[in-house]
Amino acid sequence: MNSGTEKDEVKDTAEAHSTNSENTSRSDSMSKDEAKKFYEEKGLDLSPDVPVKPKPIPVFEKSLADKISSKFGNKIHVDYVRADRIRVTTKREDIVDVAKFIRDELKYDHAESVSGVDYPDSSEIEVVYHLGSYTDEKLGRQIFALATRVPREDVPNPGSDGTRTPSLRDVFYSVEFHERECFEMFGVYFEGHPDMRRLLLPEDWADIPPFRKDFKIKGR
Amino acid sequence: MTTQLPPGMHIETVDEKIMTLNVGPQHPGSGHMRLIIKVDGDYIVSCDPDPGYVHRGEEKMAEYRNYIQNIPHLERPVIHDSSNILYPYCLGVEELLGIEVPERAKYIRVIAAELNRCIYILYWLAIYGIFLGHSTMFMWPAGDRELFIDLLEAMSGARVTHAYLIPGGVRNDLPSNFEERCLRQVEYFEKRLKEYEAIFYQNPLLKARTEGSGILSRTDAIRLGTTGSVLRASGVDFDVRKKEPYDVYENLDFQTIVMKEGDSYARSRIPYLEMFESCRIIKDALKKMPKSGSVRTKLKPNPKGGNDEVYRRVESGRGAIGYYIVSNNRPEPYRVKISVGSFRNLICMPYLLKGEKLGNMPAVYWGLNYWPVEADR
Repeated sequence: MNSGTEKDEVKDTAEAHSTNSENTSRSDSMSKDEAKKFYEEKGLDLSPDVPVKPKPIPVFEKSLADKISSKFGNKIHVDYVRADRIRVTTKREDIVDVAKFIRDELKYDHAESVSGVDYPDSSEIEVVYHLGSYTDEKLGRQIFALATRVPREDVPNPGSDGTRTPSLRDVFYSVEFHERECFEMFGVYFEGHPDMRRLLLPEDWADIPPFRKDFKIKGR
Repeated sequence: MTTQLPPGMHIETVDEKIMTLNVGPQHPGSGHMRLIIKVDGDYIVSCDPDPGYVHRGEEKMAEYRNYIQNIPHLERPVIHDSSNILYPYCLGVEELLGIEVPERAKYIRVIAAELNRCIYILYWLAIYGIFLGHSTMFMWPAGDRELFIDLLEAMSGARVTHAYLIPGGVRNDLPSNFEERCLRQVEYFEKRLKEYEAIFYQNPLLKARTEGSGILSRTDAIRLGTTGSVLRASGVDFDVRKKEPYDVYENLDFQTIVMKEGDSYARSRIPYLEMFESCRIIKDALKKMPKSGSVRTKLKPNPKGGNDEVYRRVESGRGAIGYYIVSNNRPEPYRVKISVGSFRNLICMPYLLKGEKLGNMPAVYWGLNYWPVEADR
């Protein structure tokens, strides 16, 4: 998922330090060449923050990913296969079937976490399930990330708007409290969850779900 | 007339025989959380945990600070185990930024993490002891904890909130003659730890209260996704240090403690036995550690994380801690999710307390090795 070549990064960093070039009184107003020289003199390198190293695709993880893609075809999208980590995105209509397959065929047996990630620019909230296994020796190192995207409303009305997805509580029992947390913090309603109440927030919380990007911390 | 209630709200029917008790949030027996317990006579009919009283929005705060600025506040959910809660964050940021950690720093981190694990377990043991009415078991661990606090103070300069682990290694090198001092204190502690066995774990009163109470079967422990000592007390051999060794754990000599009983006694005994293993790890790491060398890879100022995500986990005193960090080419993370052991073990509280006597509630509750502040984050 790494984007941006080495060249781009250098340009980007130099540009960031050469803004306000009209305002000559500011110490950070330097041209690109000046900035580069300045950083070289200080002994700071301008190489990209993340070195781009191609990594070999691990065999075992690839075989798991192949199993799931041969079953579901274009219903799922394999985002990455790395050492000990696989990530798959699916549509919310298919997530229960995919989760059942992961549990029954791939032998993952519990959820470690359920995270919401808010993307206001594309009007979507991503729900990521991190699944692990206790019973299968080979899967001890593995984490399977199953993600889905739900539509996001600008004026949220948690529970009554279109921000909803089927709950995986019947497939992985351990998601019960994690989904409740995701509901109150992001306003994602999990259909079929038996106890979709607030967990951490107070009962009289009247603001928007606080982990959404448009909820700002005061003073920041 | 029926009233349309908003989702997430419900009207409770009242049964005259059943009494509802609010245990907490100020009650010392529940920590900073509330348990809504329904009792029929002396027996618990149902339990509804209500955490959130110490929710500080660590995950939200992390989105506003850069990767280095995040360190001091991310350790706050559990300051007694601060090295272990920072560990997966450091591993994740290192993976995100592609930083290599010097060999010596890896060993120092493991020593810091194990010292911190002992500090946490001793603190927990002190509380567990006092809530079962055993005041000696409050005094002894609280006193012996100072040994490790002194060692970590010598390492980091702070007694409790160390912020010692940072992406790229550790903040500073060990002080001179730390190795001898650490070895001496750990060896003394091992002798001391054996005395706990006779006074606490073989105590007939403790056994009467905890043996056979709050039994969690192996199947349920897996199904509910429990972690840490709760999982290992139910016969599942899973420890992130063994299954997915990070830093230098694969070179070190220790074993996982597993018990089959799944009751409150087994859950309280596993952390105690793990302290012996922690001492073994510390001694082994002191022996194998490179005697000199760099302890920190310098990061670039304000490093950017690329368009990527990582999920890293470690074993803490309360179970696995996982960090899910999403980055979007900015110096600040886009999203940080902390999956902590306490929050994951919270789910089995209603199962274990159902059918227990109310007086036995602290024995089951504290046996879960649960830390409310960490669960809330």
